[in-house]
Amino acid sequence: MKEKNLLDKYGEIAGRDVIEHLQQLARPLNGLRFVHINSTQTGGGVAEILQKLVPLMQELGIETRWEVITGESVFYQCTKSFHNAIQGNQVDVPESYLKVYEKTNADTAERLKGLLQEADVVIAHDPQPAALIKYFPNRRGKWVWRCHIDASRPFRPVWKYLREFVSEYDASIFSLSSFAQRLPHPLYLIAPSIDPLNEKNIDLNEEEISEVRQNFKIDPERPIILQVSRYDRFKDPFGVIRSYQLAKEFVPPLQLVLAGGGASDDPEGEEVLREVRTAAMDDPDIRILLLPADAHRTINALQRSADIVMQKSIKEGFGLTVTEAMWKNKPVIGGDTGGIRIQVVNHHTGFLVNTPEGAALRIRYLLHNPDIMEEMGKKAKEFVRENFLITRQLREYLTLIFALLHAKEERIELG
Amino acid sequence: MTESGLSSFAIKDCALIAIATGKKAQNLRELREHLRQIEPGSIYYHFWGGLLRPRFDDPEYHNDFASWIAHSLHNKRLAERLAVINPSTYESMEAVKNELIETIEESLDETEFPTWAERDAQFEFIRYQIVVFDTKLSVNNPKNFVDIIPGLSLGSIFYHFIDARRRNPNSLDDFQNWLLNFEGEYGVLCHMISGVCPYFTPLKKLREELSEVFKAYFQKEEP
Repeated sequence: MKEKNLLDKYGEIAGRDVIEHLQQLARPLNGLRFVHINSTQTGGGVAEILQKLVPLMQELGIETRWEVITGESVFYQCTKSFHNAIQGNQVDVPESYLKVYEKTNADTAERLKGLLQEADVVIAHDPQPAALIKYFPNRRGKWVWRCHIDASRPFRPVWKYLREFVSEYDASIFSLSSFAQRLPHPLYLIAPSIDPLNEKNIDLNEEEISEVRQNFKIDPERPIILQVSRYDRFKDPFGVIRSYQLAKEFVPPLQLVLAGGGASDDPEGEEVLREVRTAAMDDPDIRILLLPADAHRTINALQRSADIVMQKSIKEGFGLTVTEAMWKNKPVIGGDTGGIRIQVVNHHTGFLVNTPEGAALRIRYLLHNPDIMEEMGKKAKEFVRENFLITRQLREYLTLIFALLHAKEERIELG
Repeated sequence: MTESGLSSFAIKDCALIAIATGKKAQNLRELREHLRQIEPGSIYYHFWGGLLRPRFDDPEYHNDFASWIAHSLHNKRLAERLAVINPSTYESMEAVKNELIETIEESLDETEFPTWAERDAQFEFIRYQIVVFDTKLSVNNPKNFVDIIPGLSLGSIFYHFIDARRRNPNSLDDFQNWLLNFEGEYGVLCHMISGVCPYFTPLKKLREELSEVFKAYFQKEEP
């Protein structure tokens, strides 16, 4: 009974027709065994979406399991290097790391042998479990590599190594066409999404929002700009601080909140955090927060407290923090890169910028035009409702299964 | 079956999934060369796929080619010429493709130095697979559409009103195609449906407009 309510709850937000559409699409797939595998159960956009995608698929009658590949710290250092290398950073990955990577995949393959061998569809998320396929030469089902990262210009030596594994898959999924690498199989395109029922996105009452502001000594009477992201160079926290400093010369009451969520597979974060603290130069109006991975309601309250949300990334996979902010009626000033480009539409849902100067100008423009800011926020929320909720992503995963089973056909007619 | 023994209108639904082709263009010449080779399904996707993927409701240009040429090559003149190509007025996607190539060639003839898009703003050719499924709903009497259309999924609207034009030999949408079986009885209704333009209208709005057409027609018919 409880599970049935989940679809109903999503129906209330996305529309009943959207849920009926999913149910009809899922009906012929009832009984299939589906496995998602990634590297963490908490922290990061992938884990967050799987927390709801998996039960939703189960409720639709598809036997879905979510497994996690875990390893020693060297495994995470190695896969973090892969992550950076896929995004274009020149990273040397020591041979010893690669051995640990392959050993961890081999151990996981052994642990999940029966499940993965017999699954109808396996989706391996990102590079961490990519090598698993090597241990299943006689696999029964279709295997798909889901790349959440912008792989358009990877560091070639690392990509060459990973390509050996991912080429074996039956298909890949990339978030955007521009992120894809040529591979000898179909490259499906599925943009990620947010979960409106996640604690990060549900409506909060004013009391709770106010309490969070008080906890972090944020003044509600003064304008607030916020960036939520891991402490990662690609997210350009230094550029955000510079934008704030430039804007503050014209808007002295301005406050900046940088809120970084932790993730168990991100060992580089601490170093960046130290540098960010130095760059803030003890400015009392800059709050640098290191929040635990499960601080969803806190992040939610911070986003709702902000006047403007920033995501000034230099490189971005998709930018789910942008989607989250838009869902909360906030205009977003985002870096002109990756998935931010398809979410932030200039003068409609926010502004795309290329420099701290550009960001500072847009901050000033929006703070001087509160009506425009409000209108943009409304448009942003509806844009997300139509395009970036989990129900849309689920529909595409279901469609993908049929597409995989009829890989050569452009039109697949189900009875 | 309808009262007069005709087949019922079976309501279907569909979902699209996009696939990267790996073909990219950074300037007009490259775009033209890829267009010559690309499968018609990709042209279709770049004209109609926007209806089923994230896009702002009020895009400046209504197909991906025009939009890219305007925003990445900054050639507004050519973008405007391409934006008016309405695929529903062509016999086939092959004909649309030829029109695109010809218009681009005209522009190339006028241009001495074709501009280049930035490396991360290339035109990416995308194709698609479409999954069609039966909703098990059917309509026997055209009047029933008045109640049914507002509850149809956007996938159903896409399938019956847009995808149909590519499927049906007469290039009509499924509603008109089915109404033709009634031997002229619904000529006025068909005329009203043909007035709904699919090219400039997002799917939600299309659903509303179609609903209004059926409502208006059958209200008028009431004694």
